[in-house]
Formats: sequence, structure tokens, C-alpha cells
Amino acid sequence: MAKELLKGNEAFAEAAIRAGCEGFYGYPITPSTEFLEYMAKRMPQLGRAFVQAESEVAAVNMVYGAACTGKRTMTASSSPGISLMMEGISYIAGTEVPAVIVNVIRGGPGLGNIAPSQGDYYQMVKGGGHGDYFPIVLAPASVQETVDCIILAFDLADKYRSIVHVIVDGNLGQMMEPAELPPMRELPKEPPEWAVTGAKGREPNFLSSIYIDPADEEVTNIRLVKRWMEIEKNEVRYNELMMEDAEFAVIGFGTAGRVASSAVRAAREEGIKVGLFRPISLAPFPKKEVEEISKRVQRILVVEMNSGMMLDDIVPLVEGRVPVEFYGRMGGMTPFPDEILDEIRRVSENKAPVNGNARAEWIARLEKIVEEGK
Amino acid sequence: MKETSIIISGFGGQGTLFSGQVLAYAALDNNFNVTWIPSYGPEMRGGTASCTVIISKEEIGSPLVRNPDISVVLNLPSLDKYEHLTKSGGCLVANSSLINRGLNRDDLKNVYIPANEIAEEIGLSRMANMVMIGGMLCLAPVLSLEVVKQALSEHIPERHRRTLPMNFDAMQRGYEFAEQALAEVAA
Repeated sequence: MAKELLKGNEAFAEAAIRAGCEGFYGYPITPSTEFLEYMAKRMPQLGRAFVQAESEVAAVNMVYGAACTGKRTMTASSSPGISLMMEGISYIAGTEVPAVIVNVIRGGPGLGNIAPSQGDYYQMVKGGGHGDYFPIVLAPASVQETVDCIILAFDLADKYRSIVHVIVDGNLGQMMEPAELPPMRELPKEPPEWAVTGAKGREPNFLSSIYIDPADEEVTNIRLVKRWMEIEKNEVRYNELMMEDAEFAVIGFGTAGRVASSAVRAAREEGIKVGLFRPISLAPFPKKEVEEISKRVQRILVVEMNSGMMLDDIVPLVEGRVPVEFYGRMGGMTPFPDEILDEIRRVSENKAPVNGNARAEWIARLEKIVEEGK
Repeated sequence: MKETSIIISGFGGQGTLFSGQVLAYAALDNNFNVTWIPSYGPEMRGGTASCTVIISKEEIGSPLVRNPDISVVLNLPSLDKYEHLTKSGGCLVANSSLINRGLNRDDLKNVYIPANEIAEEIGLSRMANMVMIGGMLCLAPVLSLEVVKQALSEHIPERHRRTLPMNFDAMQRGYEFAEQALAEVAA
């Protein structure tokens, strides 16, 4: 199929349908609403389930219930809506059923605003819900990559009986960009063997997240940890731009990584040997790759649309080998390429030793930038 | 041409978002990479509506730019916002029907087009956006008028198909108005 000009949220919803999503349950919230609107129209046409629930809490529990039947199920929401879903997300994790959850992140904390942000990094990557569990988190940077990640998300969710979060922001949700949708997948004829589908003629299956005896819960915890170790081994994904001969590395994901790619190209034209490392799987995080990078570059600049949350994951991997600096915008502000280019220029000339407080140095610079009205 | 960034801005309802989409379709149909992104903040409700279109032969990084190569401004608040942001040496197309002042800088190629009056002559005031696009394509020939017309005919929503000839006329007249205005400046 040829590339078409596709609107982010609508393309993501269609990708989910083509991946075999048979149940969508959600509650509208900007900037993810078009996802739900598209599902409201398309799912009934295909004889699949769509419910606009009375709240996010209800929606995520519908996802939970439907996932227990072995059908591919999902929801899409945005930051405050995802917070409301966290209890159900933990139950889904504890029950070990697959589910795909798309978060179109917006500015926060609190009600915040509807502008693009990456401020939910901790909530998504570190779990967000209560208890011991590890979600898979994918952070694409273009309409095409998001389409591909949504398909992948369903496959990974099934493979590992895991929650897969796909995190984007309003830039990706609202923009139009040429992309190619995959062909429609055939729906599976048989449910997976663990699914609860009526036990006529077989032993009943039982799905629950309750383990009253802590010893039983611990057995489950061990299984979840071992499964996560398997995921860490198999499912790391990332993208590199001009990293082969790079003396400086920019590390950024999603929109921040994409904006940084413009700055990296511009810096290369000025003769600065800089490259971009863009993690696509934030969980599992490309730890080994970041370690390797820190052994061959002079300095690292982490760029995010939050207060340096991925930075906190990168600093321990670098182990002080090279200085790690940070640049971020917050509150729904998307950096422009020239801001990141200024940072690349500064970092490439900075010979100061590791200071260990990239966040404090950045906040001082950011306050000046904000004062100047940039 | 490495990468061309275009911001089209006006009141909500002036068709700025759609006219940007027409450019995006035309770019895609002619094997360019392209991104289209609207401003989708609360300002859309009753205020300014704008979109950024980036056209490139190479992979596009940021879909947003601080300093566009080309600004197409359909009302005064949009001129106030984008005049000083437009790249030095860049292009600015202003709708003189709704803008009663000149430019405060002299390093922009520019043309003023009475887009609303021209649209009303055509018989549909909603065509002002297409008049402006026609003018832009004359001042800054990122794409040819013909390929944009072709893209419009292929992507116009069915319910608006009957307005296609008027859209063509609007683009043509905008283009010709700009052509003449630029010739007068040169003479």
C-alpha cells in the first residue's frame, strides 16, 4: 500500500484495528479524543466492541474484563485520564492479561493543559500503579513509527501477557504526516488457552489478581520478574542518527528526540561531531547501548519535555565516565530546534568536569531563556 | 531547497488549516516529505487558528519551527505575531482586506492581496484562503500552481466538490494578483 497523508490519532486507531483489536473502551479527553471518535465509528462497522464508558475507571475495568476473554483490547487516554486508570492497570498486571494502553501525554501536573508533554515518564516507565509489576513502554516519534509501535504493542502484550503502554503527545496525535498502514490482520480462530471463555468440556480457567496467601503472591511476583528479565533481553528498541563517529551524543525520545534530530543535523553542518540516540522502548530501557555510548563520546546531552526524568535513568548508566548535561522544556512547551542547537554548541565547547547536578545547572539556564521570552 | 517551512494563520473559520492540508497533499503527491501540524490549544476556540507545513526532500525532524520561511497571514493579529518571526529574506503574504498596516521590516519578500474582496467577486467569501494560497505560490514557488490544483481536486471532501471550480478560480486570481503586484514593484 502507498503512503497516505494520515492524521496521527486516527492513524493510530486504524492501526489498532488492523492489529486485531476487538474491544475499545474509553472516555474522551483532549488531546486523545480523535482516537476514541475514530473507534466509535469504525469498531461497530466491523462488528467489534466499542464502549464510551461513564468514566476512565469504568473504561479500564472494561478493558480488564474483555482482556480476560483473550481478545485483543485497548484504551487510549491522556495524562489525567491515565492517572484515573492506574488502579485497573495494576489489576491487569496482577492478573497477567494482555492490554494496550495509549497515553497522549499533556502538560501537567494536575489538570495542567492540553499541550504536548513528556511529564508522565515516571508514571509510565516506573509502573504508575501499585505493586510489583513492569509494563512495557514504547515511545515512537513519527506517525509511521507510532502505527508500527501499536501493532508491535499488541504482539508484545500477547507474547508476554503484559501491559504495553504506547506513549505519544499532542504533536504526534494532531499532526498529519505520510504513513503506510499495514494490511488488516485476520482475527485468531481460537482464544489463548488461559482465557475465560466458558468452560464447557474442559477444566475451568481462573483469572484474578488476588493471592490472599503472601507465599502464593510471591510465586506470582517471581514469575513476573523472570518474565521481565526475558523482556529486557529481547525487546530493547532504539534509533540512531549519525552516531558512528559522534564525539557528542544527544539522547532524547519521542517528540523531543525528533526535534533534536533537526538540531543534530544543523550542528553537523557547523562541523560539530554530534549524533542522536533515540530510545524507542523506554521500558525495557536500552541500558547496554547507553553504557557503550558513554565509553566513546566526550559528553552527553539529554533532551526531554519534562524535568529530566529519563536523565535520572541515564546518569547511573554513565557511571561518571563523561559529563551528562540536560535540556528540557516543561508544562506543555515543545522546544524548537534552535534551542537544542544552542545547547549542542554549548555542550560541545564545555570542558568542565562532571558536576553531577545537570538538573540544577539546567534550571538556571532555563529561567533565563523563559525570562527572555523564547 | 533543503526544507521549506510555511505558517498559515488567521481567524478560526478562515480555512487556514484546510489550505495547509492542500499544500501538504500536493507535496506528498510530488514525492516530498511533509508534515502538517495545527495549533490546537484553547486559542482555537474563537481566536487564531494556524498550522505549520514543512516540505522537504529529506526526512523532517521537528514539525514546528520558530522562524518560518514563509508566513501567510489572513488577519491583523496573525501579522502582529508572525511578521517579526519570519526568517530574514523570507516571504510574507498578507490579506489586505483585513490588515490595514504595512510591514515594519524591509528584509521580507512580501505581497498584500485583498483576499476577501477577490473571494466575494468569485461569489464565495470562504475562498479567501485559496486566494492567499495562490498568492503565496506566486511569491514563493515551493510547488507549482498546477500541482496544488491537482491535489485539491483529488482530496477535496465530497460535500465540497461542487466548489472545486471556485477554488481553482480563487487560487488563479490570487496568483495573478500577486504576479501583477510584484511586477509593479519591480517596474
